[in-house]
Amino acid sequence: MIEILDTAPLSSVQDLGRAPYLRYGVSYSGVMDRLALRAGNAMLGNAEGLACIEIQAFPCRIRFRAARDFALTGADCAATLDGVPLPPWWAKPAREGAELTIGAPRRGSRAYLAVAGGIDVPSVLGSRSTQFRGSFGGHEGRWLKAGDVLPVGAAADAAVQAPGFGAEPPQTAFPADWAPPDLQPSTTAVRVLPAGEYGLFMEESQQRFWDTAWKITGQSNRAGFRLAGQPLEFAQRIEMRSHGIVPGVVQVPPSGEPIIQLSDAHTAGGYPKIGTVIEADLWRLAQAPLGSRLRFIPVTYRDALDALRQGDAWVAALRRLAEQYRSLCNSGRTP
Amino acid sequence: MLVDNHLTRPNVSMLGTSAMLFEAPGDFSLANQRRIWTLARMVSAWPGVQEAAPCMTNLMLTFDTPPEEPERLEDALLAAWEAAEPDQTEGRVVDVPVIYGGEYGPDLLDLAAHAKLAPEEVVRLHTESRLIVFAIGSHPGNAYLGGLDPRIAMPRRKVPRLRLEAGSTSIGGLQAGLGGTPGPSGWNCIGRASIPVFDPQCYPPALLAPGDIVRFHAERVIL
Repeated sequence: MIEILDTAPLSSVQDLGRAPYLRYGVSYSGVMDRLALRAGNAMLGNAEGLACIEIQAFPCRIRFRAARDFALTGADCAATLDGVPLPPWWAKPAREGAELTIGAPRRGSRAYLAVAGGIDVPSVLGSRSTQFRGSFGGHEGRWLKAGDVLPVGAAADAAVQAPGFGAEPPQTAFPADWAPPDLQPSTTAVRVLPAGEYGLFMEESQQRFWDTAWKITGQSNRAGFRLAGQPLEFAQRIEMRSHGIVPGVVQVPPSGEPIIQLSDAHTAGGYPKIGTVIEADLWRLAQAPLGSRLRFIPVTYRDALDALRQGDAWVAALRRLAEQYRSLCNSGRTP
Repeated sequence: MLVDNHLTRPNVSMLGTSAMLFEAPGDFSLANQRRIWTLARMVSAWPGVQEAAPCMTNLMLTFDTPPEEPERLEDALLAAWEAAEPDQTEGRVVDVPVIYGGEYGPDLLDLAAHAKLAPEEVVRLHTESRLIVFAIGSHPGNAYLGGLDPRIAMPRRKVPRLRLEAGSTSIGGLQAGLGGTPGPSGWNCIGRASIPVFDPQCYPPALLAPGDIVRFHAERVIL
């Protein structure tokens, strides 16, 4: 069991999401940064889909009521275990009673605490992710708060030994080498495939969609990022019939300022869609801070598929390495 | 000016690498929608398809595995649409009591003004519309209803409301809706149902299913 000692109401239990229930209006939910959770689970030898705690506000303090291996991935946070600083993207054993403090990110926005065996809340409609709109899943269908005690599942045999081990964060494993060279360091570049209504925008607005460094406004959250910038203009305004949408879809409401749909987005919408941030880059959005800026970079379908596979291969390689490391530890040899 | 997206031929577009959207040509009609339900049943068994989620005369396919060649999937989808006959399943009749206006329907008066009708007349046209569940989507249990009297159609709000309660009955363009759970919405809300619309512990979790006939009853009208 682990206990939440202190958190703002922005931490929640999430796994890789809930599917296939879009036809009942049930969104995916799930972590915003799938690579971070998959990596954490790979480091611990967990099945890929086990649930973690997603942390979006800092500091967050957690106590391990029993000894347990854990991995902290996602944002590079000033974290300590029993007062000892923890490197980013690190897996380590926690002793019974150990206290983990996850401080403000130096880089990124969302941290992921995976534990060996996963956070074992009941599965609802096939997932442990918190579904906020329907107030179900996760821990009592809500944000975590101080005093919450979360069950942990049975763990695999091969355990992590102190001082633990780290993984290369995706920021360095997957640099945005396809972004324009004049990109400001505080601007996140993400790749986008044009969507169904791209052609309905004025040519000048289509170009401006790509050229603008869009600001992520404070009205942004797990449901979507509302962007600020000079409004895009429609060449032709239509009232769309409602249709299915997925995380990454960039809608343009009549105000002309784009909204990117994310994990807690509605399963359907009716605003015209100018593009879709590719699945392989959703983690970059997850780690982009509020108030920072975004650039959309056009990509081909083929390159979008390749990017997705590179992510899969990276997780698989990390899982193999972590397995070797843990079995070396258990054989009594020094890795 | 409000223009429905009348397509003269089916439109297929990609939503990144995650999904493909099929939009049927022609009217926003039940006959078209019945073909969408048939299409959904056909393609949900295709390899690589995680789910076929029907919405308003359109269908979204999500992928377990994104297609190598989306053009081939698109061709197969178009061929399946040509072959799809209207689904003939008989829907259930579901009676839904509603409180109209006041805090339950904050947009009733705006909608009446837009339609140049008395609010009571809006309620009458809403309760007398033969509404059929076209799709469940957007948020848990939310029903998209076809068959709205066009006299009470109204475009979505320019700025979405931050919260509508569970059970909200609303109008967005030519569509009517019945919301399953509380949350933000861009639709015009005219009332609220007094029975639950979604329960995640049940299977299926939604009160309504595509093809069901919804009869709204005015339990109360607040003016």
